[in-house]
Amino acid sequence: MTEKSSITLTINGRDHAIKVEARRTLADAIREDCGQTGTHIGCEHGVCGACTVIVDGEPVRSCLMFAAQAAGKQIRTVEGLAKGDTLHPMQQAFMDHHGLQCGFCTPGFLMLAVGVLEREPDISDDDLIDVLSSNLCRCTGYQNIIKAVRAAAKEMRK
Amino acid sequence: MSAREQHTKGSGLKWVGRAIRRLEDPALVTGQGRFTADLPAAHWVRFLRSPSAAGKIESVKAPQGATMITATDLKGVKPILPMLHKFSYRPVPQQILADGEVRFVGEAVAAVVAASEEEAEDIADAVELVIGDATPVVDARAAVASGAPQIHAEAPGNVILEGRIKTDGFDGVWAGAHKIVKVDARSRRQNATPMEARAAHAAYDAATGRVTLTCTTQMPHLMRTAIADVLGMPESDLRVIAPDVGGGFGQKMSLCAEYVVLVWLARKLKSSVAWTEDRRENLIASFHSRDQTIALEGAFDKDARLLALKADVLSNIGAYSCFPTTSGVEPLMAMAEMPGPYDFRQYECRARGAITNTCTMAAYRGVSRPVITFALERLMDKAARAFGLEPVDIRRKNLIGTFPYVSAAGLKFDEASYKQTLEMAVEHAALPAFRKRQAEARKQGRYLGIGFATFSERTGYGSPAFTARGMAITPGWETVHVSVDPSGFIEARIGSSPHGQGLRTTLAQIIADELGVEPHKIKVIHGDTDTAPYGWGTFASRSLVISGGATLIAARKVRAKLIKIASTMLEAAADDIVLEDGQAKVAGTDRTVSIAKMAREAYTQTHRFKGEIEPGLSESGTYDPPGTFSNACHVAIVEVDVETGRTRIEKFLVAEDAGRIINPMIADGQVHGGIAQGIGNALLEEIVYDDSGNPLTATLAEYMPPTAREVPEIELHHIETPSTESITKAKGLGEGGCIGAPAAIVNAINDALSPFDIVIDEMPATPQRVRAALRKAGAA
Repeated sequence: MTEKSSITLTINGRDHAIKVEARRTLADAIREDCGQTGTHIGCEHGVCGACTVIVDGEPVRSCLMFAAQAAGKQIRTVEGLAKGDTLHPMQQAFMDHHGLQCGFCTPGFLMLAVGVLEREPDISDDDLIDVLSSNLCRCTGYQNIIKAVRAAAKEMRK
Repeated sequence: MSAREQHTKGSGLKWVGRAIRRLEDPALVTGQGRFTADLPAAHWVRFLRSPSAAGKIESVKAPQGATMITATDLKGVKPILPMLHKFSYRPVPQQILADGEVRFVGEAVAAVVAASEEEAEDIADAVELVIGDATPVVDARAAVASGAPQIHAEAPGNVILEGRIKTDGFDGVWAGAHKIVKVDARSRRQNATPMEARAAHAAYDAATGRVTLTCTTQMPHLMRTAIADVLGMPESDLRVIAPDVGGGFGQKMSLCAEYVVLVWLARKLKSSVAWTEDRRENLIASFHSRDQTIALEGAFDKDARLLALKADVLSNIGAYSCFPTTSGVEPLMAMAEMPGPYDFRQYECRARGAITNTCTMAAYRGVSRPVITFALERLMDKAARAFGLEPVDIRRKNLIGTFPYVSAAGLKFDEASYKQTLEMAVEHAALPAFRKRQAEARKQGRYLGIGFATFSERTGYGSPAFTARGMAITPGWETVHVSVDPSGFIEARIGSSPHGQGLRTTLAQIIADELGVEPHKIKVIHGDTDTAPYGWGTFASRSLVISGGATLIAARKVRAKLIKIASTMLEAAADDIVLEDGQAKVAGTDRTVSIAKMAREAYTQTHRFKGEIEPGLSESGTYDPPGTFSNACHVAIVEVDVETGRTRIEKFLVAEDAGRIINPMIADGQVHGGIAQGIGNALLEEIVYDDSGNPLTATLAEYMPPTAREVPEIELHHIETPSTESITKAKGLGEGGCIGAPAAIVNAINDALSPFDIVIDEMPATPQRVRAALRKAGAA
């Protein structure tokens, strides 16, 4: 399992030419081969969603995708959300509404929520809770994550 | 206007009491947080873990050329040996790697070292490990039964400790009671499940011979002391850093054998070595919690007044004892705090810890109090039923109302609002209207229930509380250094080690009010033994009270010094100086001097102060308070589907009192998070072992923390009773959420199912358990 192949990952618009084993997950490649450690790994089983990134417009669990599968696709991670010093409305809303405590699950929640709202800006409150229930947070009890995402959804519709 | 707003307005404080945004957040929302697993390393470790719950290690053989260490390599390294000097505690040693025999599935037997995580994992998979057959003991009752296999020679009968308490006159009161009510309460085993599992990175520095251990821990200073002890190295050769830590909830306050191995390897290899735990390891081999049964009996007089309480507590503490608290932490907490917020004088308790072939037990948010509150609140509801009372009425009769109050177990309660929070909760829950709706729903075959839990939460306790437990390591106090540097920027170095609690923000709020500056100009530095003063870290709802108190003491000293400097520089009386807007002003004049200018003078113009003021602007504060009790009433309204046994929480309501609130946004967040974990305890989370000691819940698909779907909207109401036992007047509130929620929810389930005459006294109240109870009652 040690044979490596060359691939290029495009993360936040920047190309990273890397050599990875076929079994390398996208999560590990983003973190270790491309040095973007804002994406966190919580379970490696696809349950917790801490590693959620956006691939070609869709939120995906980067621990359940091989790096090779993401070659040639547009990958977005938490590091790419802000434009310069201006935070994305979702980042701002998480700060305004205390949608994070330890911050470990936060990048995954941000990417999940941004990905879904870009696809479905008028998502209903109830469907939004279904979407958010796909990631785990152990600190906040979700109250303020839900508040933050609803506030950001309003802002993003403007 | 809420009670909280009134209080804050009257406090005369500008920043304390305000819901300002957290100073921690900008880095964490932009991916700039720095967690242990983010560090690169030259070597990676994979631990080879026992697949058997018990047995002799017959052989362990690595593939040729592999780097692997076992207990044989660690000769000279001391075992982890936590100690209590009371309660017939039996010290049981834990070797850093299993030596000769294994005692639970997941125990580390060897460490494989390779250039990458994947390679280390591949090699570990190829190691041949042979463990002989032995009969494991999984259940606590089986472990303490006569004839059970002995797990440690040092602990006969598999009992690690036994605490007993009995008040004088107990037997007479018990014999004369009007009614005895009994509950057999059980909480199954949980895992604290921080989203970041354990991780460590140890790097050797050839120039100094020192090792820097970066690890995800709640108490970096004690990790340094403990690891240096075990390895027999000077503490000065070890630096421990807790960088951003992805949640802990108690799981990260104990010493992990794995971290010791990492430091040993860094010294041996003279290089950097890292280990990142995977979720399976975390679920089976980090630290577990709860797993406690309480046989509780209450003696009542004819007016439903509680006279006496009798408890038998049995905790399954797993295979070893945790350092520093020891695994006595659960049974001893249960014994000390069982009387809860109720006023009665007679108490008898036996609390035991049973050693079993399961993962070691350690502290988890709430420590035993979720279980004792569950037992006691189930008892109150059962007693209410036996006396034909509403559950709230029996609480009205029995809650503590005068302060200070000394409990039947000898704990001193400071002023709180047990009765007021109950009334507040009853009002907001609209109890009479609910009873009507419940009756209507029952006619349609729908089962709604309401459950109450009133409780006390002992917080912010210093060394006296730990001394009472007879701990060989007695934590408690905290030290904070507050300094103004020559450029006028303010820094607080703290011994606490926050990991999500927002302490950088709340401590900055406290300093801001003392020094008349804005909180975002204050840096709070923590989590590095080279730069932070010795302290005990963050656990037991202590940091805001104790570190906050130390911060206030240090900030007041800096304030006093600034006022002295200002009075010299402005040639005014000290009493006329006020600190605000980053400067000192002479009241009633336009004469001012900035903190930056005063700071510069304090360092560089000391001759101006004629020796009356010590050079520099750095002061230290240490605080070691006795402890203070927060309190709350939780209310759950649930609907139980009797066909499936599933419980849906319709509404969750809290009336809480944690003294003066420093930052209401952060305080509410702590309560929310605690309640979500309490919902997990009540309905979802259970570490399951089969009879052979194999863990069956090794992924987050089987061990199920609640999601956004299972946590309903939480309604919070506040009272602020300023604490007399805390100089900031704040009480702690980190654990209350998970202490009250399980009892409220399971009481609500029992209320919903009251037409069936069944009793559910076990958590989690899963659909299976609810269905089994209904079937047993012949109900459905």
